[in-house]
Amino acid sequence: MTAARFSPVQRLLHWLMAACILAMLFIGVGMVSTISPRYLALVSIHKPLGIAILLLALLRLGLRLRRGAPPLPAGLPAAMKLAAHLSHVALYGLMIAMPLLGWAMLSAEGYPIVLWQGLRLPPILPQDIGAYALLRQAHGLLGYAFFAVILAHLGAALFHALVRRDGVFAAMAPVAGRAEE
Amino acid sequence: MEQPSRPSRRPLGSLVLIAAVLGGSAAAFAYTGGWLSPERLSRERVVASLGPPGGPAPGHRRNHTKGICFTGSFEANGAGAALSRAPMLAAGSYPVIGRFNLASSVLAQPDGAARVRGLSLSITGPDGSEWRTGMLSAPVFPVSGVDAFYALQMAVRSKEPGAMQAFAAAHPEIAGFGGWAGSAPWTGSYAEESYNALNAFIFTDAEGRGHAVRWSVRPEAVPVPVPKEQIAAKPPDFLGDEIKARLAARPVRWRMTVTEAGPGDPVADPSKAWPEGRRTLEVGTLTVQAIQEEADGPCRDINYDPTVLPPGMRPSADPFPAARSSAYALSYERRAAEAAAYPRTAPGGRP
Ligand code: HEM
Ligand code: HEM
Repeated sequence: MTAARFSPVQRLLHWLMAACILAMLFIGVGMVSTISPRYLALVSIHKPLGIAILLLALLRLGLRLRRGAPPLPAGLPAAMKLAAHLSHVALYGLMIAMPLLGWAMLSAEGYPIVLWQGLRLPPILPQDIGAYALLRQAHGLLGYAFFAVILAHLGAALFHALVRRDGVFAAMAPVAGRAEE
Repeated sequence: MEQPSRPSRRPLGSLVLIAAVLGGSAAAFAYTGGWLSPERLSRERVVASLGPPGGPAPGHRRNHTKGICFTGSFEANGAGAALSRAPMLAAGSYPVIGRFNLASSVLAQPDGAARVRGLSLSITGPDGSEWRTGMLSAPVFPVSGVDAFYALQMAVRSKEPGAMQAFAAAHPEIAGFGGWAGSAPWTGSYAEESYNALNAFIFTDAEGRGHAVRWSVRPEAVPVPVPKEQIAAKPPDFLGDEIKARLAARPVRWRMTVTEAGPGDPVADPSKAWPEGRRTLEVGTLTVQAIQEEADGPCRDINYDPTVLPPGMRPSADPFPAARSSAYALSYERRAAEAAAYPRTAPGGRP
């Protein structure tokens, strides 16, 4: 072991959430495009999974603030370090904001937020169709922004892994890779 | 801590691979969102197909556009508990926010020109769960599937001669609705109509057994048939005016019934009635106490999505509730974005 890596819990959370969030984005755009019975099936996964992501994101942010992250390589250009930092802030922001927006917009619609048979979340806003309109638009637009940031993040991770080969990818890799042997 | 970099000496292959991963992901996302398959029947196309010639009225519902709000209560007699553990079917009285409406996407639709009238209900249980339903005065739905619903909208609005005949030939199920529309008497009041959920749902009882059901409300008022020509000659808002005048004298009531499907009955097809004699329970009384104009009324900003259901009720194999949930969400999103075009008239009206 030469490089510092994220702790196993942090790595586990990262890959678990990556799968959940990607699924959520595909479920989101898939469900709003369909009028078939799949719509209800997808919506009924979207809501509880979104709230699960909120809980996991808060846990993960707590861990990140307490345990920090391995330092980026000293040789990384300043612009890339800044981009890395900003994109990570955006990712944390979005994984907390998106579920809150979903919850808030359904509250403003006055629409019961049923996660599971009989498990209902309380509204976090009073019914207000104007607020609903803004929140609904934000949930949609930030959803697409989220996907774009994830693509950029994925591209950068692969760039570190395949082109720079500087240990940045290995720090979050689910299992120790060759670079560290 | 530092990991020595060993940069790839031949990065081109890696860069191509990265581009392929990112491009492939974006393409999969676009495919899932339906952007690569415009021929798919999206909810946008279905909702657009409802649009009247001049376009939809901004800030208003995309269908059943003209309506009036009411408040009242649902007194459950407890009989429904045999079919569903829904809290508002246990004996008791539960608040209702409802809406009388016309089955038309034209905001200025004269009341006398709408063959089908609608009744929407939101019943709130003591635990805060809700039962929302939108019902029609027709005893069957015109079509059996969502594609056919879209095709019907296209045929109705088509300028081509024979479009409706061609539709009817391809969708013979419309004869059931057509027979009702052509022969059933018209009435002069929202209070004299029966309203039917038409779609089937699954009720779950306390033992966990499922029951496929449809529900209806039947008026306490005796329907008085009025010739179609007389209805057509009435003032454009006569139904709203009539129900206000009627309520000023006394509350207006309906009895709610729930009918259970027999083995083999068409649960997934709202264009087919179930045979007479199916087990039918009277589960309670709907009482309308007060009317409010829609602009300032409590029904205005409610999405009467038929999949908003309490514990003990869920959608069935009927494809319509899912389609309606999707279409109503889009309709709600659109009218919410345009809410400024439909201002409240009373200061401090309920949001
Ligand atoms: C990580 C969390 C989440 C992500 C990434 C996400 C993503 C998305 C996306 C991409 C869409 C489609 C937007 C559009 O095209 O307009 C969407 C729609 C929606 N989301 Fe989420 N969402 C999340 C959490 C939630 C939560 C927690 C709820 C509710 C509790 C929720 C409720 C909805 C609803 C109601 C819609 C619109 C459905 C419709 O218009 O028919 N979302 N979401
Ligand atoms: C796929 C088929 C259908 C489509 C696309 C459709 C579309 C719509 C839309 C867009 C609205 C306005 C929703 C809003 O903005 O809140 C609406 C309202 C309504 N629909 Fe449907 N509908 C369908 C089938 C049905 C069926 C089967 C019934 C009855 C059994 C029904 C009864 C009603 C009623 C009563 C309303 C008025 C709701 C209210 O008062 O807000 N619809 N429909």
